[in-house]
Parts: sequence; C-alpha cells; structure tokens
Amino acid sequence: MAGTGKAHLRDTDDIILRVEDLVMEFPVGRTGLKVNAVSGISFDVRRGETLGLVGESGCGKSTTGKAIMQLPRPTSGSVLFEGVELTTLQGQEMREARTRMQMIFQDPISSLNPRRKVRDIVREPLVIWKRGTTADQLGKVDALLEEVGIDPARAAESQPHQFSGGQCQRISIARSLVLDPTLIICDEPVSALDVSVQAQVLNLLEDLKTKHGLTLIFVAHDLAVVKNISDRVAVMYLGKMCEVAPSDVLFQAPAHHYTAVLKDSIPVPDPEIAVAQVAIEGEPPSPVLPPAGCRFHPRCPAADERCSSEEPQLREIGDGHFVACHHPLVGGEAPVTVRSATDA
Amino acid sequence: MSAQLQTAGRQGGGTLIEVENLQTHFTTPRGVVRAVDGVTFSLERGKALGVVGESGSGKTVLSRTIMGLVPRRGTHLGGAVRFEGQDILGRAPKDMRGVWGKEMAMIFQDPMTSLNPLMKIGRQIEEPLRNHLGMGRDDARATAKRLLTDVRIPEAERRLDQYPHELSGGMRQRVMIAIAMACGPTMLFADEPTTALDVTVQAQILDLINEQRRDRNMSVILVTHDLGVVAGHTDEIAVMYGGKLVEKAPTRRLFAAMKMPYTEALLQSIPKLDEPSHTRLATIPGRPPDLVNPPAGCRFAPRCPYAREKCLNEEPPLEQTSDDASHSFACWYPVGSPEYLDKRAEIDAQKVSVA
Repeated sequence: MAGTGKAHLRDTDDIILRVEDLVMEFPVGRTGLKVNAVSGISFDVRRGETLGLVGESGCGKSTTGKAIMQLPRPTSGSVLFEGVELTTLQGQEMREARTRMQMIFQDPISSLNPRRKVRDIVREPLVIWKRGTTADQLGKVDALLEEVGIDPARAAESQPHQFSGGQCQRISIARSLVLDPTLIICDEPVSALDVSVQAQVLNLLEDLKTKHGLTLIFVAHDLAVVKNISDRVAVMYLGKMCEVAPSDVLFQAPAHHYTAVLKDSIPVPDPEIAVAQVAIEGEPPSPVLPPAGCRFHPRCPAADERCSSEEPQLREIGDGHFVACHHPLVGGEAPVTVRSATDA
Repeated sequence: MSAQLQTAGRQGGGTLIEVENLQTHFTTPRGVVRAVDGVTFSLERGKALGVVGESGSGKTVLSRTIMGLVPRRGTHLGGAVRFEGQDILGRAPKDMRGVWGKEMAMIFQDPMTSLNPLMKIGRQIEEPLRNHLGMGRDDARATAKRLLTDVRIPEAERRLDQYPHELSGGMRQRVMIAIAMACGPTMLFADEPTTALDVTVQAQILDLINEQRRDRNMSVILVTHDLGVVAGHTDEIAVMYGGKLVEKAPTRRLFAAMKMPYTEALLQSIPKLDEPSHTRLATIPGRPPDLVNPPAGCRFAPRCPYAREKCLNEEPPLEQTSDDASHSFACWYPVGSPEYLDKRAEIDAQKVSVA
C-alpha cells in the first residue's frame, strides 16, 4: 500500500469486523473528477482488540471510520460486522446494526445538542429504541454518567456549555455506551483536549473497554497517543494502507518509510534528545489525482523507478507485521511481481 | 535592500522585554477574572521562551497583554511591560501601531481564520510593507515574493495571486509567518502555532520559526500546551498555572531538575513512544482553578498529591533555587524535598496495597 493486498487479514472466529477492498470516492463538482479518499483498503479487528488508524490529514482515516458506519455508504468494497454484510443492509436492519457500533467525535462540545439537558442527551438513544421503562432508562443513564465521572444530579439540570471540553467528551462516551454496543469508533477523541485531560480520557477509555468488553477503532494523528491505546496499528497514506503491525513492534522497528517519517516528526519532551532534522519536505499530494505506483513515492527518500510504476502489495515481514513497500526499512526487498495492466 | 533594512541594528544581546508584576483582570458578570495575576520575567534578544500551561492558565492572555491586544474596556491592567526600555503597557492602539508589525508580530493557532479570505495572499503580505515601511508597489511585491521563498513556499510568484482557500493549512501558516516577518520584527509571539497542523508539518513549521529567529536575531515567545514542542525549540520555559508563573528555568535545566509538582505532573501525563502500549497514564485529578475565586494558598494545592496544610493556606513565592539563579519556582515542598519524598513513599505504598 501505500498499496493494496489482504495478506494481513486473519482467519479466526473472533473477528468482529472485516473490511475488504473498501473504496470511497466523492465527485468534484461537475468536473468528472473524483476525490479518491479511500482506495481499496482491507483490515480486520478482533473482538476486544483496539485498532489504531494513523496518518496525516487527508489520508482517509476518518472517512474509513465513517464508511464502517455506512455514513455515507462506501463506493465499493465489503464491511462485515459480526458476520453481517453492512453494505447491502437497508432501512430498519441498518438502523439496528448501527446500535451495535457507535462513534465518538473530535469536538466534544459541538457533538452534543446545546439546547438539551445532558442527562436527556445521554438517554435519547434508549428513548428512540424504547428500551425499558423510564425508571430503567434513567437508572442506566445515571449509572453510566457516574462511571465516566459526571455527577448525574448536575447532568439532569445542566446543558453541555456548562461543562468543560473534557467533561463533554466524557458525556459523549457515556452516550455512546448507553445502547451496549460492541464496537466504538473513536475519531480523534482527544485531539481537542489538554494533555492532562487527554490522559484522563485515555485512561477512562481503557477502563470502559475492559469493563464493557468493547472493541475500539481509534483514529488519530498523534502517534504517541495511538501507541498508548492500541494493540495493533494501521498506518494510512493518501487513501492506502502502508503498514500494519502490533503497536509495540510498529514503533520499535517501522518498516515503511512513511511510518518512520511520522515517528521522527513527533516532538519528544526531552531537550537532551537532539531535535531530528525535518524528516520530510512538503505535504501529501491531492487525492484527486494521486500519484501512480506507490502513492508515497514522490516524498519517499528511498523511491526508485519501480515505486513510481508498480504498486506495492502488503506482505508479512514479521509476526503480524505487514508492510506495503518495495524497499522496506526492515524485512528485505519485495519480490518482483509480474504485473499486467488489468491487475487491479 | 530590504534584507539589510530589516536586520540593521538588530545584532547583539541584551534584554529586549521586561515584564514586571503584570496583571490582567477582566470584569465579567460573574466577577473579576484574574487571568494574569502578577507575572514577572524578562527575555533577551534572540532567545526563545516557551510559555506552557493548560487551557485557562493565562498563557494566551499573557502574550496578548504584552502585545497590547486585550480589549481596554472592562480590563484592569497592572504592573509594567518594558519593551526596549519603554513602558508600553496600556498604550492606546494608535500609539501601538508603530510597534505592531515593525517591532512585535504574532502568529495564531488557526491559520484558516487568520487570513482575509477575500484578499490575495500577495496583497496581504504587501500591506504591512507599504504601510509600515512605505514601500512602493513594485518593491513590496518583490519583497513579498522573497518572503514567501524564505518560508519555503514553492512557486512563490504564482502563490502571490492565489486566495487563502487555495492553500493547505501548513501553507497558510507559512504565509502567516511570512506576514509576521515582513517588517522584520524584533519580537515574535507564536500562540499555539502548530496545534491545528499535522505532526509532519508541525516539525517543518517549528524549524522554520527557529531558522527565522536565528537569521534575524529575533526573540520568540512560543505559547503552547505541549511540552514536547517547547523541549526542542526554546532556550527557556515558563510554566503557568492559574494566572501565575509557577516555574521558570532554562529548557535543559527544567527537564533535568523540575521543582514544581505541577510541571512534573504535566510531563508525566504525556503518552511517550518509548513506553509499551497500554501503559497507564499519570493524570492530574480535578480541573484548573476558577480565576474569579482562586483558591487561597498555592493555586495548585487542591489538585496536588504532595500538598500539605501550609500549601492550602499560604501562597508560595516565586524564588530562585539555591544552586541556579536562572531557575525559579513557587512551591513549599518542591520535587526532591524531604516532605515531597515522604508523601511519595506514602502514595507508592497505597498503590502497592491496592494492587
């Protein structure tokens, strides 16, 4: 990836989500051009696992998260969630499937209705699905609010603006849990928060994950945050997948040049470590006309002719460590494959 | 010509800015908000100071007060800001006009909203050149093009005729830096300049600010909540909490021997790449203080695990450490003191018994 391939998909029973060849394209006005937001990525998530999705703005990580929810429906590809193919579900079936997966968004304040009381916001999914009596519902809401560290009495009479950003994110988390989902997609949930609050929310997510038996997909651009919370990390670039690996392995020995660049760009809170020279120039190219071959090749220090014509496939270079690169940093050269024009 | 004009007389060291017991209090319906409450520091020419703290610590208000950008109505200003020896605190905007742009410039967090969306990039850079330096149209355009090249914007000529929406976030922040650099300021305020940017672009922008600082012998105040950002790009760090300066030291010294439990807690709450995944993060319980009714004593005491009776009642002064005059902190029982170690042993023992 920045190629394609499915070598990294696992074949076990406890796979809760399996995404194959996901493509998401958006038309650009009436020009006939299209934004290639996500161009054929595949991944799977095991029950109880946390998958981190990282990459720069515009790499398609948020679009991927939303495509799983079918918001909007992907252009093509398959999303298999708890054994059900979501891309063909319609109407009531789709709505029911969505109760099993929930999302948490980046901006906690604007993702809550400013005119309603917080307790009602958290309760609303239960009202919509008519689950239990009023007393049952309120009992569940209050217990969840308590669990995320919000005083239920205060929530009953306050609106979102009366809470801080960190507290609003806790409220969003409580709302996402109220229907007992199995999968939570977190889209940059801590990017808008202070470091001290960020740590509180990350710890809270870890606790809730254990307690409620959740599976998480954690979309973020901050590698240190992603490493902390994830079991497995997938690195995306311009709509393609570059590398998939267990999170400790990925950061110890990144194989894709793009992963290495991302890692070197992180400011380290230690002045004794010399500031790394800027690892990369420029910014990702437009997803309207993405480069041929490996999409990262125009910015890659190791790119050669092969990279600009042949798209690398994901292949295994270590235990659970997959990379899509012709000249990876670890794991040796990719075998030369004969590629025909029809081989898409 | 402009290159010389912009750096002439800007050599050497010496103090550029002195802030003394600065107070910025806003009158609001809830009461008086003491956003900045008695801050004192000075900054030398060509040096970079990092101002670090959580939201609401007063770091942004501090930099805006120094620059004279806080609204004057309903604001009480106290203390002094001496810039090149002159007190500029509370000057009317018309008297600040000669200072803004030429002497002091600022870049903001959000490059998307800091540029005029209806004006071509070129004109936005030429504006300060023509107004402050009295350049003619052709000179201004040539200088604008050079400035864009300086901040490494490719195809500068073409960019001059583009609108902000045609540029990416990182490019727009580069344009903001070009505008800030246009009149060769001696002092640059950068308020969370990279928070809205990708990590790869963040590294590029921070390096660019550093490079401009060296080339122009300009002082920089870098305001951020990210200790990682200041670690590699500043000479000194000032930590703010609840409108006060709680610790200040040269960057290396601060990281090697931090004294204030708040600074320590801030550093510990950052996830680190060299720790294995699922490492439990240290958190700071509670929330920053309400600046209408700040707690008596040390403002951090209600959240500090090492606080004792004295911390809740008496406010610690900002004092120099015994071994280093450049390092000062405000804490009764600093990191490493016998009282701190006692408490820490207690906390560790509790952790073990819980586990």
